[in-house]
Amino acid sequence: MTDTLVTPPGPAPTRGRPSGTAKSSGGLFRLTPTSGLGLGVALVWFSVLVLLPLAAVVGAAAEGGFGRFWDTLTDAQTFAALRLTVVEALLVTLVNAVVGTVVAWVLVRDQFPGKRVLDVVIDIPFALPTIVAGLVLLSLWGPESPVGVNIVNTRQGIFLALLFVTLPFVVRTVQPVLLELDADVEEAAASLGASRLTTFRRVILPSLVPAIAAGSSLGFARAISEFGSLVLISGNTPYETEVASLKILKFLEGDNQAGAAAVAVLLLIVAVLTIVVLDILSRRVARRG
Amino acid sequence: MSIDVRGVGKRYGDFVALDDINVSLPTGQLTALLGPSGGGKSTLLRIIAGLETADTGTVDIEGVDATRLPPQKRNVGFVFQHYAVFKHMTVAKNVAFGLEIRKRPKAEVKAKVAELLELVHLSQFAHRLPSQLSGGQRQRLALARALAVEPSVLLLDEPFGALDAKVRKELRDWLRRLHDEVHVTTVFVTHDQEEALEVADEIVVINEGRIEQIGSPDELYDEPANDFVMGFLGAVTRLGPLALRPHDIEVAVEPGVVGSTPGVVQRALRVGFEVRLTVDVEGQEEPVLVVLSRTHARALDLELGSRVWLSPTTGATTVPVLGVPREAVVSA
Repeated sequence: MTDTLVTPPGPAPTRGRPSGTAKSSGGLFRLTPTSGLGLGVALVWFSVLVLLPLAAVVGAAAEGGFGRFWDTLTDAQTFAALRLTVVEALLVTLVNAVVGTVVAWVLVRDQFPGKRVLDVVIDIPFALPTIVAGLVLLSLWGPESPVGVNIVNTRQGIFLALLFVTLPFVVRTVQPVLLELDADVEEAAASLGASRLTTFRRVILPSLVPAIAAGSSLGFARAISEFGSLVLISGNTPYETEVASLKILKFLEGDNQAGAAAVAVLLLIVAVLTIVVLDILSRRVARRG
Repeated sequence: MSIDVRGVGKRYGDFVALDDINVSLPTGQLTALLGPSGGGKSTLLRIIAGLETADTGTVDIEGVDATRLPPQKRNVGFVFQHYAVFKHMTVAKNVAFGLEIRKRPKAEVKAKVAELLELVHLSQFAHRLPSQLSGGQRQRLALARALAVEPSVLLLDEPFGALDAKVRKELRDWLRRLHDEVHVTTVFVTHDQEEALEVADEIVVINEGRIEQIGSPDELYDEPANDFVMGFLGAVTRLGPLALRPHDIEVAVEPGVVGSTPGVVQRALRVGFEVRLTVDVEGQEEPVLVVLSRTHARALDLELGSRVWLSPTTGATTVPVLGVPREAVVSA
């Protein structure tokens, strides 16, 4: 038979996968006047809002020299705060990746009364000012807890507060991808002999992994930077329940700009690393099937 | 009998998708389920595959009662209209899927995949992702994937429906040849009568949840059981009390044949090698459609307003027109 091969022009669109595979076409820097203007505006905007302040923080951290920077971070109390923040954030991210996927699944695949209400409620932790989120948690799990459980000034309290504020991220990134999945792909797997579990593991999950990773990165970034709800919950005891964002506040209150900047830069590095690692991981998994 | 469907019925709320369907499909045959959209043919196919459950009736596959079996246990290959390939797996991985699930040894899987990719002419694309294939290639991939598990029946749901006309025609020929090579009992759903007539050994015409007729392409075309089957398998026009095909009408410029119907040419449209005439006939509201070859039309020297006499050709397939046409009732 004559071959029906049609080479698709350029990379085919891949759904639900963070882009980054786009190749430039037609040589370097060939911009039309409008796209040049657009790029200029975007870059200026991005620089003023993000790049310059970031550079300033890095500059402030570098002011006292690398030795000072290093001393701040390796100071036992600061290090404990950083470790607590990162470990709690990682745990929360792990829980969210699983529970968020399950919640998204239930919202997309199952029919039950009150589904639409739940769909809206999911966003509440996201929409609430975080200090209000702290208050909400405090009223149930605080010193005057109606159920008699006080989590204030405990690590469990921090964990709970972080879970609360990061809940929507994975749900909201996975939901649209699940909605888009074709039912016939699952039916195809079933007719080939795959059990429900195998179908989920080998067919559905690989399609969801990029979305789960994207949601997890967002949640993780939010978790390491969380401040408002933790101000009320964590109690801020050095070595025990002091998190990085509150440590920064403490440095600032003690007029230690360089110390605050050092912690800030480290958080920045951790956030960037996490996002990159999750992105790489998700590509691997999505590819392997 | 490879597939035995007995008394199958299916409703969606008030809508009757299938009503007491009985059909037996012999082993090794290529059968088409033909009918208009929404007529129930896809539902029947999905019930055979176990992707839907019938409300009533039983389905036997290779002598085993499969009515209650899940799709995983039926050993059927299913090909979907929109390919349903696993997008994140390479072509080879897609084909290997069913075998890997069955935990076949690696070497065996590899050999089988190579053999199937050869069969569907995709060997050189083994390591590509489906997104790098054209529609026709994806459908061939889906077919290879379905054949990999050596199904006892192969079911195809509008397999060429999403492809453009040229590719569709190629794949149609190719499916016919593939079936002659592989000999697996195959059922495919289509609403394209040409596709069914060209490819199938046997055609089951389904309309409004009921089987209208079962037969070989020739039987259906030459001896349609009713005016629905006749109308669905090709163009139909009315000449007096008969429904018949436009090319089965003899045109004369003189009242030679006894019982021929006089009329006046209203419109003549040339399409490629044929000429389509619209002829007004006395005592009949709708005009008669006649198809002639271009040479024949030229020989008769027809033009608009010519008087002609129409009669069915000898051996023409005709079906009596039942009752009065609906439009006539409404207008009366």
